[in-house]
Amino acid sequence: MSKFTRLVSRLVPLPVDNIDTDQIIPARFLKTISKEGLGEQLFYDWRYDADGRPKPDFVLNQPRAQGAAILLAGDNFGCGSSREHAAWALLQFGFRAVISTSFADIFRQNALKNALLPVVVPHDVHAELFALSERDPDTQVAIDLARQTLTLPDGRSVEFPIDAFSKQCLLEGLDELGYIRKHEAAIAAYERSHPAPVNTLGG
Amino acid sequence: MTQPRTIIEKIWDAHVVAEEPGAPALLYIDLHLVHEVTSPQAFDGLRRRGLKVRRPDKTLATADHNVPTTDRSLPIADAISARQVAQLERNCAEFGIPCYSLGSERQGIVHVIGPELGLTQPGMTIVCGDSHTATHGALGALAFGIGTSEVEHVLATQCLLQRKPKTFQVWVDGRLRPGVTAKDIILALIAKIGVGGGTGCVFEYCGPAIRALTMEERMTICNMSIEGGARAGLVAPDETTYQYLCGRPFAPRGAAWEEALARWRQLPTDEGAHYDKRVTLDASELQPMITFGTNPGMGIPITAPVPDPASAADPLERESLVKALRYMDLEPGKPLLGHPVNVVFIGSCTNSRMTDLRAAASILKGRKVHPNVRVLVVPGSQQVKRQAEAEGLHEIFKAAGAEWRESGCSMCIAMNGDQLRPGEYCVSTSNRNFEGRQGKGGRTFLASPLTAAACAVTGVVTDVRTLL
Repeated sequence: MSKFTRLVSRLVPLPVDNIDTDQIIPARFLKTISKEGLGEQLFYDWRYDADGRPKPDFVLNQPRAQGAAILLAGDNFGCGSSREHAAWALLQFGFRAVISTSFADIFRQNALKNALLPVVVPHDVHAELFALSERDPDTQVAIDLARQTLTLPDGRSVEFPIDAFSKQCLLEGLDELGYIRKHEAAIAAYERSHPAPVNTLGG
Repeated sequence: MTQPRTIIEKIWDAHVVAEEPGAPALLYIDLHLVHEVTSPQAFDGLRRRGLKVRRPDKTLATADHNVPTTDRSLPIADAISARQVAQLERNCAEFGIPCYSLGSERQGIVHVIGPELGLTQPGMTIVCGDSHTATHGALGALAFGIGTSEVEHVLATQCLLQRKPKTFQVWVDGRLRPGVTAKDIILALIAKIGVGGGTGCVFEYCGPAIRALTMEERMTICNMSIEGGARAGLVAPDETTYQYLCGRPFAPRGAAWEEALARWRQLPTDEGAHYDKRVTLDASELQPMITFGTNPGMGIPITAPVPDPASAADPLERESLVKALRYMDLEPGKPLLGHPVNVVFIGSCTNSRMTDLRAAASILKGRKVHPNVRVLVVPGSQQVKRQAEAEGLHEIFKAAGAEWRESGCSMCIAMNGDQLRPGEYCVSTSNRNFEGRQGKGGRTFLASPLTAAACAVTGVVTDVRTLL
């Protein structure tokens, strides 16, 4: 996994609550057997009209989104389907972090496993970020994962929560599968003392 | 004396392999279900790392999301879909995983075949790269959806890194009235707590109204736990559970059955156990429910008017409602009853089992589908299809003018060619009404199989109680 340490970027505001993973990447793009090419399909049906032309009023098609790495979204971001393609698509478009007031459980896990940082901020900060980015599309914020801070343009810093394990994995670029495999002895011991309830090769 | 525990904590505790300070627990997985859409990249990962599947005997695959529901003797017409299904078959062959693909008598929606084959059992941990895995919780299993990285972790190690979830008791009092079903309970719950209400939690569905439900009805409720934000939801096992399981192909037999039964009887939540959250519903007060918007929390009793965004307190919530009504092209304050319908979809892991098909058939029997409506009835599995045909349900559907299809996810996720055209309205027994979910530009009203069948007959949104 790639590392996440610090990030300074403009915000791409998407002020909609409960953005589901079907919007982030529609199901028809899940026929792929690879992880490639998903950035083009990010928010496809919000981003392109029926003829496949970019909709100029959608924020991802505006100059402010070019080179920006932080998505600012409404509450409960990433609800719905478990498709990890949503996290892959956001990363391939260029996002490294998403700021919201809350994230759906499965999306949050998928994001962390791909070094896409979910940043939870209180409602007042969330509203202020939307106001700031509306006033000035070039508004930049800084994320420092080690300090768990989000720094606003006026220099104020807000702390955001992240569990110690995920933080360490992100800072060091550690892979969870490697960590799990270190517990081989414990897994084998568990299997010896717990008979399998079903055998899918039988029946 | 030990602390009283919920069933959720009992299953959790029994599956913790290791837990280091500051790190999530390593949780053992008893059954891993795999399908064609969320697994190819996980198998690629195994190959890249030179790893095997640790326990093919605890893994089972089927092709369901991206398969045609038309004539199965023909090859898959869409080359990209065909490639994905072929890749699943190749991956399973290479790694030694049993696969019920197209052509298998056991093929079907992954959350339909697990229970019907007796693979899903009380007290188990079950995962699948699909958010509706909570369905298996109906049998008292801790079952949840995972992403593709986690699919790879479980394939390689049979374990997952997990943080202990919060417990959320959903107590349903009373008794359902005629025309009101399990689907209406879960839609009412989600309307009450919102689509993020259960985030970080596992629901335990309790109370007399839940106890009175059949297994298949409990599956409908557990299935949509994720629509309330909870990764899992379950019902403690009881006699209904044991009767359902007994004799199924993968269920224990003889002395093993008796041993399992003794173990399962220890699972229900202890008297006095603590829940982190609680909510109560009264089933007796429920009406048939229907959604009007673009997430499953936007649901109303079928006789109620479409809510007015102006009444929403939070500005973002108001904007979301305005956006939803614009997409759905609905006016606030007006009833949904009488709104024209173009398509009715009866199927999906929520409502494609025998109980659901019998309910739909009870309304369609001796009636005709309205000429303006296209009706798809898609059984959840080949086994459901065979049983429905043995009972003659397919003749009822066909005589009414509905299409009787092969098993799969079909128009719930609209990957396989079964989809709405832009602007069409569909009354659907599935679980998601997100924008474009059933086809780009399509508009979904989620409802029960009874309500869906009633709308098929009248061509408009209808209170099924007027047809009973």
